[in-house]
Amino acid sequence: MSGDPLQQLYQDILLDHNKRPRHYGLLVQHSHHAEGYNPLCGDRMELTLQLEGDRITDAGFEAAACAICQASASIMTESLPGKSLAEVAQLEARMQSLLEDKETTDPEADGDLAALAGVSQFPARIKCATLPWHTFKRALKQETGGDHDLGAAQTE
Amino acid sequence: MTDRKTFDRQSVRADFPILQTEVRGKPLTYLDNAATGQKPNAVIEALNDYYAAENSNIHRGVHYLSEMATDAYEATRAKLAGFLHLPDPDEIIFTRGATESINLIAHGFTETILQPGDEVLITHMEHHANIVPWQIACQRTGAELKIVPVDDRGVLDMEAYSRLLNERTKLVSVVHCSNSLGTINPVKEIIAQAHAIDVPVLIDGAQSVPHAPVDVAELGCDFFVFSGHKIFGPTGIGVLWGRREWLERFPPYQSGGDMIERVDFDGTTYKAIPGKFEAGTPHIAGVIGLSAAIDYLDNLDRDGALAHEQALLETATEKLSAIEGLRILGTAPHKAAVLSFLIDGIHPHDIGTFLDADGVAIRAGHHCTQPLLKRYGVPATARASFAFYNDFADVDRLAEAVLRMQRFFG
Ligand SMILES: Cc1ncc(COP(=O)(O)O)c(C=O)c1O
Repeated sequence: MSGDPLQQLYQDILLDHNKRPRHYGLLVQHSHHAEGYNPLCGDRMELTLQLEGDRITDAGFEAAACAICQASASIMTESLPGKSLAEVAQLEARMQSLLEDKETTDPEADGDLAALAGVSQFPARIKCATLPWHTFKRALKQETGGDHDLGAAQTE
Repeated sequence: MTDRKTFDRQSVRADFPILQTEVRGKPLTYLDNAATGQKPNAVIEALNDYYAAENSNIHRGVHYLSEMATDAYEATRAKLAGFLHLPDPDEIIFTRGATESINLIAHGFTETILQPGDEVLITHMEHHANIVPWQIACQRTGAELKIVPVDDRGVLDMEAYSRLLNERTKLVSVVHCSNSLGTINPVKEIIAQAHAIDVPVLIDGAQSVPHAPVDVAELGCDFFVFSGHKIFGPTGIGVLWGRREWLERFPPYQSGGDMIERVDFDGTTYKAIPGKFEAGTPHIAGVIGLSAAIDYLDNLDRDGALAHEQALLETATEKLSAIEGLRILGTAPHKAAVLSFLIDGIHPHDIGTFLDADGVAIRAGHHCTQPLLKRYGVPATARASFAFYNDFADVDRLAEAVLRMQRFFG
């Protein structure tokens, strides 16, 4: 990897997730659902989750968003199935500290999440990477069929 | 200041210190002029001189400095009247910007004009600053907001305008030049039709004044607004011009010091215009900086500057249109030098970041025109907007950066 910040930002793994997003498409069968919106740039996404107990069994999203947001959503939804909520919370904390450049990446442990570390050099773009996670947290609070009047998750 | 007989691109660039700087190790290619203009030395020095040697409050001291500041402040009002070709400086109100100017007018209409069943007519290409204040005014009064549609090129549907204009219309409020598409609207025709049935017209000149001289008297509108920072002056200062009969009819927008004639606990009388609308200590430095910006523009060969901008627009349109996968949004026949574009497979936000790494500053987003972008089915665009100090090398750098980006994203 070269030291060029752009190359660090748009790493191959990230570009691949952007072009071929995993878990793209909303789950017909889902227990949780939320929309996310970044009013600053217009990134918009929708997330569906299927939970059994405190374990996520499946996740799917759709987005009209920039490469960073779309890749972050793809990486997130790929990593969610099979994890307990406690494990997901750890994952989110890890991603936050990578985005804030507080910790260095561990390619083994981080997997594709490491591809988001380059965003830390572009403060204006951190909100793009965190929108899927804000949306995830909002979805957890909103069981399907519940009160949907809460509006969309916002990164502002 | 030197007297410029003919427009000289090189010497103009030298007037703007920021154009000599680098960002991210690359010479700055500033193509975000629709967001805000850069400041010439003359403006920067005027602000500095004011704070260094003249700082004082206005309209209240009898001392030397206060008199000087008051004179400079009021002289700018007179200068603005000349700049806009208007006869009466008292009809010019200093505000924080185009946004506050529109809010002031919307407040006046809310308090004195609008009734249930009335209509306010705007267009689909307005900036949020000319949408939201009218939405609120309509909510408060029971009036209805009506929208003139635009076609696929970004041209107003004038037939629809004629149909929508009717005896219930209490105001037409239209952007002179679209900040997202660059479209220059046929405001004279819009005003003529409205005036034929005695409907007043507000023109949002935020994007027109930076590009070309505007003769407001000749336009014949009833209100005209713009922002100082977009005409190469300071931020935080703007202008509202309104016909005396309207401004006298409107109640104060804000109240407090400076706007009163006499205050008594039994009641207060207000100053005549413009004082009635300038409560509190105004942005004196901003006014003085704006004055320097107007002097700068007045000394510029503005016909030459406009011709240069149009040549930049033409070249940029040609170069960008030739790029495969790039689509220009906004292809009206009459345009200012604003280019909104979309690129297949690359989100505008990523375009913005990528070009920035090449020192090319553009804007990516909805440009405060969400209803307009929704009309075109896109959440955002990339927008390059030019000023007279841009040159053909800026256009080349933009096009090269776009091509490099496309190779990068594959
Ligand atoms: C067409 C138009 N109207 C109004 C405004 C609002 O100007 P300001 O933010 O300076 O008040 C802008 C600025 O972006 C604009 O482009």
